[in-house]
Amino acid sequence: MQKKIQLPLRIEDIESLKAGDRVLLSGTVYTGRDAAHKRMVEQEKEGIPLPIELQDQVLYYTGPTPAKPGEVIGSAGPTTSGRMDLYTPALLEKGLKGMIGKGYRSEEVIASMLKHKAVYFGAVGGAAALIARSIKKAEVIAYEDLGTEAIRKLIIEDFPVFVINDIYGGDIYKDEIAKYKQ
Amino acid sequence: MKKIAYEQIVEKVKTMCIESNYNLGEDVYVAFKNALQTERSETGKEVLTQLIDNADIAKVERVPMCQDTGTAVFIAEVGQDCHIVGGRLVDAINEGVEKGYSEGYLRNSMIYNPMNRTNTGNNTPAIVHIDLVEGQELTLHMTAKGGGAENMSALKMLKPSDGMEGVKEYILSIVKEAGPNACPPLVVGVGIGGNFERCAFLAKKSLFRPLGIRHQDPVVAELELELMEQINRLGIGPQGMGGSTTALDVKVELESCHIAALPVAVNLNCHASRHQTIVLK
Repeated sequence: MQKKIQLPLRIEDIESLKAGDRVLLSGTVYTGRDAAHKRMVEQEKEGIPLPIELQDQVLYYTGPTPAKPGEVIGSAGPTTSGRMDLYTPALLEKGLKGMIGKGYRSEEVIASMLKHKAVYFGAVGGAAALIARSIKKAEVIAYEDLGTEAIRKLIIEDFPVFVINDIYGGDIYKDEIAKYKQ
Repeated sequence: MKKIAYEQIVEKVKTMCIESNYNLGEDVYVAFKNALQTERSETGKEVLTQLIDNADIAKVERVPMCQDTGTAVFIAEVGQDCHIVGGRLVDAINEGVEKGYSEGYLRNSMIYNPMNRTNTGNNTPAIVHIDLVEGQELTLHMTAKGGGAENMSALKMLKPSDGMEGVKEYILSIVKEAGPNACPPLVVGVGIGGNFERCAFLAKKSLFRPLGIRHQDPVVAELELELMEQINRLGIGPQGMGGSTTALDVKVELESCHIAALPVAVNLNCHASRHQTIVLK
């Protein structure tokens, strides 16, 4: 079954999602990967306000290829989320409600997601040309000097993801791998 | 003596960078289609379908199939009877990479220094391995190697007493630990023997061999098939979301080593297994 969800995330949507669900996301997401996370958390410690309001928002871990002339964005698939684990609990504290990436999260991040009622979505790693079709607008809004790692505001339409971790402790990696192990 | 011009190498390398990122090789495409027939998980089938659609879109629209357009890795087989004129081979390769990544709108992922982490802005330096061979030709093998899968790669100096069972166990443990992070379905490159640095190279070199092509030594070929079966029983599946397709292929390269040693390297490659070969003569 495929669900359609409008972003930013509302609590009733978060509550309706279960690990393993196929979801099409539409609305606004912000990109951010390694260098942007490091800078956000460092600035936060120094008392500098974050460049984006994170309440109810979703972060997409991606570093797109340069857009060809006339295109909104280049290819833009998910990068490995685990590299952001060190910084994620601090962002969940600030109201972040969802993340899109690929791969395992640490126990600490999962615990923090449960505490703050946030979900982790997985997009298909490498499906970057397909995913780019669902990105309708892209605008660099912070850390332009970081190039592909700058924070972009994206307007997405029917962006295909799977729910990896829900707010009830469901985890697609743990649950599904066990099913097919021989 | 055959002369090969610097500029000719630059142009060929440029084309290899662009084409490898836009066009998924037929070998990988066929492996996706075959996996779709045998995959048991519905989620796994959906992932494989997205990957096939993605490859079609990238080819038709001439855009990179993956946003991680990789580190450009080359194995250059230089015929000892050819003469490269107009500059150094490595400079020509780097200039080709710079042109290819810029003109092809590919992502620049290389940084000057792991400590200060400033992007070089042109995806150089390429990693270049040079092999001097017989003849007058220059053969360039290229792969655009993704960072996610490379990160989950590993090497271990086993003890000779660990034997083949120890080797297999180690390879499986690395694939298991990588789980969804390395973008399965994977191509698993294995190096056995050599020494510390040679072993890692063997694992990388194995990834240049097209999917579905077995090692010429039947004993090694059998080992590849056995490892593939064991890996596909782990249940990791496409994108680690569960299923029966964890590896599209397993490649093993093996060489002599010291009596005290049993080095094993596992170089994981994501499903975007981009590899190309051209011959200049």
